Amino acid sequence: MIETLITVLSALMLLTGGAFAVIGGVGVVRFPDVYTRLHAGGVTDTIAPLLIVGGLVLQSGWHLLSFKLLLILLFLLFTTPTASHATARAAMAAGIEPVTRDGRSASGDSSSNT
Amino acid sequence: MRYYFTLAVTLVILWLGLSGVYKPLLFALGAASVALVVWLTERMEVLGAEHDPATLSWRLLVYWGWLVGQVILSNIAVARAVLDPRRIQPTLIQVPVRQQTNMGRVTYANSITLTPGTVTTWLASNGDRAQVHALLADAVEGLETDAMGQRVQWLEGKPR
Repeated sequence: MIETLITVLSALMLLTGGAFAVIGGVGVVRFPDVYTRLHAGGVTDTIAPLLIVGGLVLQSGWHLLSFKLLLILLFLLFTTPTASHATARAAMAAGIEPVTRDGRSASGDSSSNT
Repeated sequence: MRYYFTLAVTLVILWLGLSGVYKPLLFALGAASVALVVWLTERMEVLGAEHDPATLSWRLLVYWGWLVGQVILSNIAVARAVLDPRRIQPTLIQVPVRQQTNMGRVTYANSITLTPGTVTTWLASNGDRAQVHALLADAVEGLETDAMGQRVQWLEGKPR
């Protein structure tokens, strides 16, 4: 009984994780500029691994494998913001103005003074 | 000395967790690897209070739990925006950074970036403000209430 429940829960987590990964990918194509696309990439970077690793940990149970899976999640959650930030900083430094809703561009004046 | 001890303990736990094969030869190889890494960090003089896992408190676990909740909420908001791109209102705002330590400031900036819908594009060199690109109007409001910043200050050890 419990086993079936865990299998179903883990399958649900894997499926929703996969769905979020696809949504993130669709967002990368749909959004207008590099900054907004980074946000869409963030969906694939955060909730998709959370749900997929969570589902896999449920499959493996109290096993050394779970420790390894959680380590993957930990490293992923620490490194992806750094990569996102580096991309955004590089885009700012290259002088790419973010698009805003009403077409005017927000000031990116502080990007160069570090 | 304390830093080298905690580094060695962390590395031993990591090695034991990743290995899974517990034979004398592999124990010896693991011990040699740990010793080599500790010796190299000593030679490179890179070890300091910032890298000491023993300075982390139970507050970190509470903060991570809260952060995962925030990440899930903002993921749902961004996923809805992907399915209906007319929702997006990209804005660039400046937010004050009130953390006292460099570790706290980086934790705050990294937490903002980790949460989908907001990316820190710039952190002032003196660390008192940051520039954030936000995708949705809700995210801007969330940053202005400073809920996350206050939690990072609490994580630094400030009483709430």
